[in-house]
Amino acid sequence: MKHEETGLKNHPFLAGADPALIKAMAAHAKPVRMEEGAVIYREGAESAEFYLIEQGRVALEVHTPSRGPMVIETLESGDLLGWSWAVPPFRKSFDARALEPTRAIAFDATAIRNLMEQNPALGYELLKRVIVVMAQRLQSTRIRLLDIFKSP
Amino acid sequence: MIPDFYKVSLVRQETHDTFTLELEGQDGQPPMSFEPGQFNMLYVFGVGEVPISISSGPGRKMPLTHTTREVGTVTKAMRKLKRGDVLGVRGPFGSHWPVEHAGNGDVIIVAGGIGLAPLRPALYELLSRRNHYGRIVLLYGTRSPDDILYLDELKHWRSQFDLEIHVTVDRAVGSWRGNVGLVTSLIPKAPFDPTGAMALVCGPEVMMRFTVQELRRRGVSPSRIYVSMERNMKCGMGFCGHCQHGPHFVCKDGPVFQFDEIEELFGKREI
Repeated sequence: MKHEETGLKNHPFLAGADPALIKAMAAHAKPVRMEEGAVIYREGAESAEFYLIEQGRVALEVHTPSRGPMVIETLESGDLLGWSWAVPPFRKSFDARALEPTRAIAFDATAIRNLMEQNPALGYELLKRVIVVMAQRLQSTRIRLLDIFKSP
Repeated sequence: MIPDFYKVSLVRQETHDTFTLELEGQDGQPPMSFEPGQFNMLYVFGVGEVPISISSGPGRKMPLTHTTREVGTVTKAMRKLKRGDVLGVRGPFGSHWPVEHAGNGDVIIVAGGIGLAPLRPALYELLSRRNHYGRIVLLYGTRSPDDILYLDELKHWRSQFDLEIHVTVDRAVGSWRGNVGLVTSLIPKAPFDPTGAMALVCGPEVMMRFTVQELRRRGVSPSRIYVSMERNMKCGMGFCGHCQHGPHFVCKDGPVFQFDEIEELFGKREI
């Protein structure tokens, strides 16, 4: 069994997934390491890769001219980093930077999209997992928009 | 019920809009006996009376402490009190965090914003009998790094390694290197075993709603989840009805409720 396949099988994002999906994804996966402070991608860049974080922590940032980089969310071990690879025009929405030494599995996004087109059953299974992540982040963003901890 | 007189022994600014009052009884007055999660009615003479949770440890040799937010007429007047000033105290009132029923399972404490203050006595209580429990996990979410309550104490607890602490903020700029995100996002990965675990939750009601959802998704039983409700409490004894919440009076039956006992009312718009 390929090393990446073992990593995928144990990753919470793919918990209980069809072994065929794991095998197919592992064919387009490679392990990566990011040093603390490393920029993983920049807003607007082509979404050529996405990642499953195995260890470490990553900040999603947006750069504002007057205030510099603002962290909008942090992700860590067990999280999916990046979903813009699944949504046209396949461009990164935010900057991503490693806050500490980080280990992850990187995927070739084009190859995974092709896999999803060619095998809709596996594609649907993967998409269902991505949608859960998108929904959780949307819900978290909406609740934070309420600014519930602000003084009344 | 007539208020007892207490003298202010310390006023400490915690964050830009929260402060802590330490109180001591008049000469010869025995220390107040209370349970974690209970509250007192604090009376600023000539201004008014407000319910404020006790935030010191029960049975500890520490002053009776209340942390609150400077938000209305009474708390603004309270913030101006100085050492030696006297205020009226009625209490303690209400139900408490039932940490005595935690068994030897894990205890998860989820606090949002100023909600950490009513949970602090529970933490003291748990830590005072640390080996009675499994893992103790504190998940704390607040608005920004500048809004973190009891920062020095959190650092101290973290250094003791017998309490797992995860803090997250809604927004961060500058040097903050911790988590950014909603406090509920800490729950799926928090290190606890949901079997037999007890969860104590305090914060804005919206936050508690989503926290309970995540705890249940993680497998914590609704009968082992406790929430602290906030309503307009006046008399503190269930007579006036100001704090009525369906069939309950929050001042008397609460503020701490077992979640499955109020589940049907939780989030109900008409209440």
